[in-house]
Amino acid sequence: MEEPLHRALGLTDDELGRIGEALGRDPNRTELAMYAAMWSEHCSYKSSRVHLRSLPTEGSAVLVGPGQDAGAVDIGDGLAVVFKMESHSHPSAIEPYQGAATGVGGIVRDIVSMGARPVALLDPLMFGPLDDERNRWLLSGVVAGIGGYGNCIGVPTVGGEIRVAAPHAANPSVDVMCVGIAAADRLMTATSHEVHAGSVMLLYGASTGRDGIGGVSVLASATLDEGAEASRPSVQIGDPFAEKLLIEASLEMVERDLLEGLQDLGGAGITCAVSESAARATMGAELDLDAVPLRVAGMEPFEILTSESQERMLAIVAPDRLDAARAVCDRWGLASAVIARVVEGGMLTVRHGGEVVAEVPARSLADDGPAYRRPIEPEDLPEAHDDPSFVPFDGDEHEALLAVLASPNVADKRWVFEQYDSLVQGQTVVAAGSDAAVIRVPDTLKGIALSTDGKGRYGHLDPYLGAAHAVAEAARNVAVTGAVPLAITNCLNFGNPERPVVMWQFAESVRGMADACRAFDTPVTGGNVSFYNESGDSAIWPTPVIGMLGLLEDYRLRVPTGFGRAGLTICLLGETFAELGGSEFAEVVLGVIAGRPPAIDLVRERALHRLLHEASAADLLEAAHDCGDGGLAVTLAECAIAGRHGFAISVPGDLPPHVALFSESASRAVVAVAPERADELMRLATDHGVPCAAIGETGGPRVAFDGLFETTVDELRGVYERAFPRAMGEAV
Amino acid sequence: MTIDLPRIGVVTFPGSLDDRDALRAVTTMGGEAVPLWHADADLRGVDAVILPGGFSYGDYLRCGAIARFAGVMDAVRAFADRGGPVLGICNGFQILCESGLLPGALIRNRSLRFVCRIVRVRVETTLTPVTADLLPGEVLDIPVKHGEGQFVAGPTDLERIEGEALVVFRYCGPDGSIDEAGNPNGSTNAIAGVRNAEGNVVGLMPHPEHAVDPDVGPTGGQPLFASLLAQALARV
Repeated sequence: MEEPLHRALGLTDDELGRIGEALGRDPNRTELAMYAAMWSEHCSYKSSRVHLRSLPTEGSAVLVGPGQDAGAVDIGDGLAVVFKMESHSHPSAIEPYQGAATGVGGIVRDIVSMGARPVALLDPLMFGPLDDERNRWLLSGVVAGIGGYGNCIGVPTVGGEIRVAAPHAANPSVDVMCVGIAAADRLMTATSHEVHAGSVMLLYGASTGRDGIGGVSVLASATLDEGAEASRPSVQIGDPFAEKLLIEASLEMVERDLLEGLQDLGGAGITCAVSESAARATMGAELDLDAVPLRVAGMEPFEILTSESQERMLAIVAPDRLDAARAVCDRWGLASAVIARVVEGGMLTVRHGGEVVAEVPARSLADDGPAYRRPIEPEDLPEAHDDPSFVPFDGDEHEALLAVLASPNVADKRWVFEQYDSLVQGQTVVAAGSDAAVIRVPDTLKGIALSTDGKGRYGHLDPYLGAAHAVAEAARNVAVTGAVPLAITNCLNFGNPERPVVMWQFAESVRGMADACRAFDTPVTGGNVSFYNESGDSAIWPTPVIGMLGLLEDYRLRVPTGFGRAGLTICLLGETFAELGGSEFAEVVLGVIAGRPPAIDLVRERALHRLLHEASAADLLEAAHDCGDGGLAVTLAECAIAGRHGFAISVPGDLPPHVALFSESASRAVVAVAPERADELMRLATDHGVPCAAIGETGGPRVAFDGLFETTVDELRGVYERAFPRAMGEAV
Repeated sequence: MTIDLPRIGVVTFPGSLDDRDALRAVTTMGGEAVPLWHADADLRGVDAVILPGGFSYGDYLRCGAIARFAGVMDAVRAFADRGGPVLGICNGFQILCESGLLPGALIRNRSLRFVCRIVRVRVETTLTPVTADLLPGEVLDIPVKHGEGQFVAGPTDLERIEGEALVVFRYCGPDGSIDEAGNPNGSTNAIAGVRNAEGNVVGLMPHPEHAVDPDVGPTGGQPLFASLLAQALARV
């Protein structure tokens, strides 16, 4: 017997029943396709919603929380920062260049649809081991796609991270975060702009083709199995030139106050944009598919409705502003067409060839999708006594440091970042490769600090701790620049939610993220859930990636990473414990991924952030670096490489040397301070209850770990800079 | 009393990206920045024209191949013929080569990858408006960011370019020496920028507009803008 249509479209029998109830009749084929797209996991968050509700989403600075195209945060002076993260992992696994490119395009339109100018992109990426040629091909293609699109639209790519882990071989994670700036009173939101009956919906940008049909339901909401290449036609093709024109035309219309609403077209295409626009305004719409400019003749209604052709936007315009709006599109060389009219009521009526082909309540499509409390089954967590700290180490700390520095997770990723234009717009104070990127806010002294962090290995060992650490590290990364962490966005990368263990990992991760965000007062302003990242029964590690926004009142006071001069006192803030569980050292040197991730005390973590902020505001710090992956030894090495000055330190405490050097205990940072101001720092640290130990001094070409080993900055730099190009198969 | 500022026009093509940056650099360096539009035939009486970086018309054909037909280019050509200073940066350089205003061509980087990094360039001639106030051999730190910046020319053209001292900038090391390590894209003879025979039209791949503000980058672009502004003012 042939599979019923609703199942082929990814809807369950229950969901079909609910649609029937909403309509009071059976849906026709076109309506089924619309529901299948809008009620897909990707669009409806049906597995994740009940958990996401527990996240803190409010704070004094939050202007727009979850549920809009992107979150927005008040940074003072009448300005808002708009930011969001999304994934394009499934398309990128099938066609890396276009998958990654269209991911950039989609997130940029999310920011533009809020009325904000995109000012920065960051790309957290995860791949399988680079000794496999296919993984290198995926990485090269994704990076080229991000550059090929991002470099062409005039938005600098200033950060992100590259991580390598075995479970990502079949399922790379390709996340992308975009940040925009807008005048706070010009943000395009459902509350700031009223939509009136009689206004029209203007579709502008690219024409609509047969590309990307079923993108959200076929690609993004199921696992990639054998023969996934056959779904390559579901991957869209990007046109960054059209995107650049869309950005300029959209922002000009917003600037001139021509619009009542603005919506990007992404997943579920016209169906999503029209139904969400109408539902948000508690209105209905009459949509005429004959008015949609098509790339090919003879497209069926469901194809026009769910096509995910890229580089399209939908504006809601009052009739008396329509000519002006269309003139802006003309000037930028963009086609525009009135495809729908806003009506009272709440029904979305779709016509094609003069006939009504669908008639559904807009709200039911956009807001009334199913929400599931899927079964949960806890996983056994590793025991603390498995901690690799207890494994006797008879190796050499010097060799171990070189090995960890050469790990692709730690090594210099200039090979990647140089393929991105990080300079365009002229506001990039610090680009990728530091703890956080820093972007100036034009015409002010403010700077925004941005970091993305995911801790997959920790998440694998304990999903609660993995998520809490990801938030903590992201906050610490902006704090070491001197910024105050303000708010987060996220992309939650997980396996198949229909498996109870995965659902448990998800619930635990959300709990960890919620606790950390509450402790740091960094609310969640939005984000994205990427499920079904598994093949066969091997899922990726539970990996929530956090995008943190921090604010510097004066960007000129930002603290650099590197040891910039000789004679500075080096201090270690925070305390080191015997915590090698899930560390870079344990994987690279001991060859084990085991034990418990480091413990984290969220109150102490926040005290560290406050100390860093106050110390930098007092202009005390000449360098500061998050003590994270690879522990103290790697942190010091990176400070020396970045600042081109060596150091001599004595390793503090009673721990075995390899534990002291490579433990990844939380809530630590390395700072450098002028010797005459070291006491001032000590006092401030005491005030904040943060342990602060002077451990050495900067200067010279040599690097000395007292009583253990000596090397040179040049040796460390050589290893650190060559490792990644070598891993990518280049002769360097 | 009013002070005459040199008026420097910056053309925005569809797909131009560094147009705002060039306008800002002109203002920062003390000039009056004048936005120009690709479809307009009028240069609004500017004293010099900058064709900025970006991907004009998407550059899906050869870079700059479509922009050369833009309405504004006739006016730019006429302006250049009258000796007006014209500076093409990155995509602007590609447009000037496609337009025949400058010799040579720019093809994909030898690495086949986009490259964004700070490079050093050595000033090879002072017979242009952007280098008139510099010293030959001076070394400047300026960023590049391009996928198609490898300068090439046929043997006859190359002989003329070198013979007539049309090379304005070469990629170099910190001490001004020419070596492969300093050449980010494999350009022939490490050529980073060239001029026309008259010297008033200059193109270069590095981005001097991203090298005027010490808070966000190096400052090797400052003397180039200073020189261009002074030369433009001298024409007023």
